[in-house]
Amino acid sequence: MPPFIELDALEKTFTVRRRAGLLRREKREVRAVDGISFGVEKGEMVGYIGPNGAGKSTTIKMLTGILTPSGGRLRVAGVDPARERTRLARRIGVVFGQRTTLWWDLPLKDSYRLAHRMYRIPDDRYERNLARCVDLLDLGELLDVPVRQLSLGQRMRGDIAAALLHDPEVLYLDEPTIGLDVVSKARVRDFLRELNATRGTTVLLTTHDLTDIEQLCSRVMVIDHGRLMYDGDLAGLHAVGESERLLMVDLERELPPITDVPGARFVRAEGPRQWLAFPATTSAAPLVAAVAARHPLLDLSVREPDIEAVIAKMYGGTRDERRESLM
Amino acid sequence: MLRLYAMVAAGGFRRFAAYRVATAAGVFTNTVFGFVLSATYIALWNERPRLGGYSMDDALAYVWIGQALITVCGLMGGGFEDELIERIRTGDIAVDLYRPADLQAWWFSANAGRSAYQLLGRGVAPMAVGALVFDFALPPGPGAWLAFLLAVALGSVVGFAIWYLVAMSAFWLLDGQGVVQAAWLAGLFFSGMLLPLNVFPGTLGELARLLPWASLLQVPADVYLGKYEGWELAGAYGFQGCWALVLLGAGRAAQAAATRKVVVQGG
Amino acid sequence: MGRSPAADSRRAYGEPGLLGDSWRTYRMVAGMWIRSTMTYRSSFALTLATSFCVTFFDFVVILLMFGQVRGLGGFSFAEVALLYGTAGTSFGIADLTMGSLQKMGKRIRDGSLDTFLMRPAPLLAQVAADKFALRRFGRIAQGLMVLVWGLLLVDVAWTPLKALLLPVTVACGAVIFGAVMVLGASTQFWLQDAAEVTNSFTYGGNTLLQYPPTIFAQELVRGVVYVVPLAFVSWLPALYVLGRPAPAGVPGWAAFASPLVAAVCCGAAGLAWRAGIRSYRSTGS
Repeated sequence: MPPFIELDALEKTFTVRRRAGLLRREKREVRAVDGISFGVEKGEMVGYIGPNGAGKSTTIKMLTGILTPSGGRLRVAGVDPARERTRLARRIGVVFGQRTTLWWDLPLKDSYRLAHRMYRIPDDRYERNLARCVDLLDLGELLDVPVRQLSLGQRMRGDIAAALLHDPEVLYLDEPTIGLDVVSKARVRDFLRELNATRGTTVLLTTHDLTDIEQLCSRVMVIDHGRLMYDGDLAGLHAVGESERLLMVDLERELPPITDVPGARFVRAEGPRQWLAFPATTSAAPLVAAVAARHPLLDLSVREPDIEAVIAKMYGGTRDERRESLM
Repeated sequence: MLRLYAMVAAGGFRRFAAYRVATAAGVFTNTVFGFVLSATYIALWNERPRLGGYSMDDALAYVWIGQALITVCGLMGGGFEDELIERIRTGDIAVDLYRPADLQAWWFSANAGRSAYQLLGRGVAPMAVGALVFDFALPPGPGAWLAFLLAVALGSVVGFAIWYLVAMSAFWLLDGQGVVQAAWLAGLFFSGMLLPLNVFPGTLGELARLLPWASLLQVPADVYLGKYEGWELAGAYGFQGCWALVLLGAGRAAQAAATRKVVVQGG
Repeated sequence: MGRSPAADSRRAYGEPGLLGDSWRTYRMVAGMWIRSTMTYRSSFALTLATSFCVTFFDFVVILLMFGQVRGLGGFSFAEVALLYGTAGTSFGIADLTMGSLQKMGKRIRDGSLDTFLMRPAPLLAQVAADKFALRRFGRIAQGLMVLVWGLLLVDVAWTPLKALLLPVTVACGAVIFGAVMVLGASTQFWLQDAAEVTNSFTYGGNTLLQYPPTIFAQELVRGVVYVVPLAFVSWLPALYVLGRPAPAGVPGWAAFASPLVAAVCCGAAGLAWRAGIRSYRSTGS
């Protein structure tokens, strides 16, 4: 059986016109997606990451059928999205972190009623799904509140529920935790994990937040310059990218740089506060224990490496090229 | 502070200058309207030569001045109110209100830049087409052109003041589009865009010539046509200036009330 | 573009065709916008009242003209009122139902058109119903009142054919204006900044048709008969009703051709719209 989502040498080329001089216009071809192949099985939860303009949005737009590919082959649930966009729309859910599809001036529940009718969801299924979303995303108090009065986190939960009322087999999430506070982020992640575990919904997630990936995805794909640069688990990505986590320690007083902890590298100090780097592939616990054993430790925190840095390191050589920022 | 506003104005100019296709589309539309209106005026003045004290030549010049000034003086929309209303509706306006720059002065400067661009980009071409096709008279000398430009500048200020007030209404009405539509149609009528105000009969005419919309097209057109002599010209500028002050003041008052409202509601 | 599989799927789901689907979508989205406006109830009432009053200013201009002259291009006030009323009503209907298409460029620029494309509903219906505003009824009401006024005053030898022609004309006129709006919106897929050109044909056409064809240059009249067939919105049928000859060179039967012209316009608009979407989906801009 072929994978649920299947890309084979998928390509998308845009013609970019730009003004060159007063009247002359320059035409240039930009390969936003340059021969990407991968397969995603049903029920997988995959992180799809890459720097801005790498081709993430373009891929998602082709997967949803909004954009027609310029080359290659694409199947979602056995269907060519570009040819059967509206039919596929019933089987997929899409959430954009930075753009709400909810009705600004109306109570949240009105947006759901529209989805009910527009997606022709059978009544009993709609009621069931709505009840589930309301329960798990804690929307009960919000249903009668106009969307414009919701906080960013509440709105995001509302948006996710709206995308799931029709029981989509696959959910595309574009930056679902962007701008959210820690509590809201955790809540969204918990919900997605639960959704994937109990309903077997396939999830494809683009994000800048590595924690999203770490907590949700068993598999991560990195795309840059329209090409697939990495496809595997997160640990592997850290290994390839030689990425480092940062341990920030607050000591009792200003002390000389900590250099006696194996596996850690001193980065900088600011008064009694010091920063140590260690490989993202190793655990922080023994390191913390080692520091605490040898130095008067008051407080500490660990910062995850950000995706941009990992990728920058991974492909340090290719990042300097001049390139067009797309979407 | 003044430098900041000058920069905002320059930004307003550049922002509209970037849309060349839009400018061309606007010129096309203005020209089409100019031809339609010219035909109706020719029919009208053929029946009644010297209607409203205008010769056929004057009437045709009036049509094309109107087409040239539509965007400059905001005869059919100030070109900024939609954006301002949207900011009020979404609440982004709270950010603007807490900026060190004054909200009205900010939008005034941006609008001045826009207006200057529209005069060059969308004013000159329809005027030229009209003058070539219908061969109406141009002002006699640089002095007359300058007098006209001053009237246009004042008209543009009054236009801004009107649309700023319209936008402010969104603080209370929340859906500003209806007010915009009403202001649009009222402006269309009372500016004399469709029919010169001096053709309006009796009390309606007297009233129309006293309303602020008269500053947008009727006064600049009469200055262009040399209808004012000596002190009358100063009086015409004074009329525009008074409306500009009154309406800008009203806009400030509305803004102050709105600011209090936003502060009370906490954004 | 995959017409047959889509049609198959519609059969399989037991759903209506594209037209039924569009109508259903339009009603849903327009209904949501009406509810949205109603949340600002006082604002809505106020704007409805003002827009209704203010729309009359437009006709007052014609009244003022006739305050100064007895006829315009050989047409009496009643005749001009009839022209104005038919064109105005048609335009009002098109503006109410399709007027939002003019603002589609904004939807393209800010990317929200993409969210429309992700829904299982026809795009045109979604865009046309976008920001649906009941206040635009004011224009229809005004057009109808002027039309009735003109009908009461005008001196016409009525025949059943003429009586039938009039409502058909208003309906076809609305369809033609609507098709022009769809055509204009289609061009926005390529040239988002040129949206204003459409105004020349919609608002400009409406203004043109409110006056007798006799006052316009022959080239212009020929242009709206043969190039952009706006003359079929009201001029040609109304001239027949008024018992006046068609403009030079236009055959007499053209007065009855409005339904045909409307159908052709719809076909052209549909093709342009399809081409527009196809281009959008291949360029993504």
